[in-house]
Amino acid sequence: MLIPHPLLGLRDAQEFVYMGDAALIGRPDGGDIATLHNYLYLRDNPAGEHRELWYHEQGDRSWLVVTRNTATHEILGAELARDVARAKGRSK
Amino acid sequence: MRYSGWRIIKEALSGHKGWRPVWRDPAPKSDYDYIIVGGGGHGLATAYYLAKQFRQARIAVLEKSYLGSGNVGRNTTIIRSNYLLPGNEPFYEFSLKLWEGLEQDFNYNAMVSQRGIVNLIHTDAARDAATRRGNAMILNGADAVLLDREGVRAMYPWLNFDDARFPIKGGLLQKRGGTVRHDAVAWGYARGADLAGVDLIQNCEVTGMRIENGRILGVETSRGYIGAKKVGVAVAGSSSRVMAHAGMRLPIESHVLQAFVSEGLKPLIDGVITFGAGHFYVSQSDKGGLVFGGDIDGYNSYAQRGNLPVIEDVAEGGMALMPAIGRARLLRAWGGIMDMSMDGSPIIDKTGIEGLYFNGGWCYGGFKATPASGWCFAHLLATDTPHPTATAYRFDRFLRGAMIDEKGQGAQPNLH
Repeated sequence: MLIPHPLLGLRDAQEFVYMGDAALIGRPDGGDIATLHNYLYLRDNPAGEHRELWYHEQGDRSWLVVTRNTATHEILGAELARDVARAKGRSK
Repeated sequence: MRYSGWRIIKEALSGHKGWRPVWRDPAPKSDYDYIIVGGGGHGLATAYYLAKQFRQARIAVLEKSYLGSGNVGRNTTIIRSNYLLPGNEPFYEFSLKLWEGLEQDFNYNAMVSQRGIVNLIHTDAARDAATRRGNAMILNGADAVLLDREGVRAMYPWLNFDDARFPIKGGLLQKRGGTVRHDAVAWGYARGADLAGVDLIQNCEVTGMRIENGRILGVETSRGYIGAKKVGVAVAGSSSRVMAHAGMRLPIESHVLQAFVSEGLKPLIDGVITFGAGHFYVSQSDKGGLVFGGDIDGYNSYAQRGNLPVIEDVAEGGMALMPAIGRARLLRAWGGIMDMSMDGSPIIDKTGIEGLYFNGGWCYGGFKATPASGWCFAHLLATDTPHPTATAYRFDRFLRGAMIDEKGQGAQPNLH
């Protein structure tokens, strides 16, 4: 699989480490134990379009949010996780 | 029809005209006492034990494709009970004991072959860990033998003992481990369940669940609505998709695991060898093909096929362990979808919806668990209490911090 890195262009997925569902960006700030449990352990795990975190460990060490189809492995896009998180109002 | 040597002789002398289809192909009835969703190894075993051991009832198995079309036909056929943790080892030993009596029990040749499995040791620390694991196995009634380097050499003299990175220092041998013909497991359980009156309904995909006032009434399927008093779901890689019909999110990610078989070779490996440090394990099928595999690809997938980098990784592991494999050609590679749980251990539990039960999260270890998984799930469905060997496999263990993390990796499914 080739991941279209927003800064570096097409990069081999082998350079990245897969870090799971991009919803993990939305870490709850505190909250009750049920909220934390749901965040840590439960996943949507869809068959089809999935937004997910890939860490460019063998590259520029950036985190990406990659949109990928889990049924076909087709990669539909990639953006910097930093931008996604800021758009959600995190790390102001 | 019971299978036996006499039966084969009789059929041979009468032109093999007496063989009949092994199971019926019934249309779904309007309702059942029990519906098992998933006609794979675990679902068929559940129906078999439910009908045979627990109660006379109207039972159906719903399979979206053909029986045994999923992971039960896609694995590397290994059985073993070499686990460490108290929540796991009694269960897997129970499973191995069921394997030992399985063929007599369901009157079908599943080619259960206890040819022994060796986990290789490369460091002093790994020897300590293997010793501890072996003792845990023996304490739970399993068998374990700690081999030194010469012990491994006597079994497999052609292994690469002096690899610079992972020299072989010994191994943990479980002689009762081995391999089973995986498809025959599905067929044997299917035939046994059918003979016990279970309706095996193929090409019947569950597309929804009818739930009212917190209780399941039945399932919507591609062949119409079917009512049920109790519904048990055992669908491996599709767990999240099916349980989403009940509005549930699971502590599971679906990942692809690849497996491989070489061209047929003369007898070389009479047991199973695992090279955990190099992500490679291998056995030899009765047809002569080397059957081997490695790690999951590591990203969410429902595609039933993997990518080339993992094939390269597995091939490198194979070359490091047994350089002779470099002369063999790869015949086939395939992928199956693993329901990777957050701690690497399974779930056999009730859900928050009355009458709905779940069996899944087997990661890539589901095949060896098939008999005990079926037995324990049938026990839960019939009695509403967990089987004594499966009391730890609960949904709430994550909330309680009571995870069963064999590898100590934490809540990261692609590391288990």
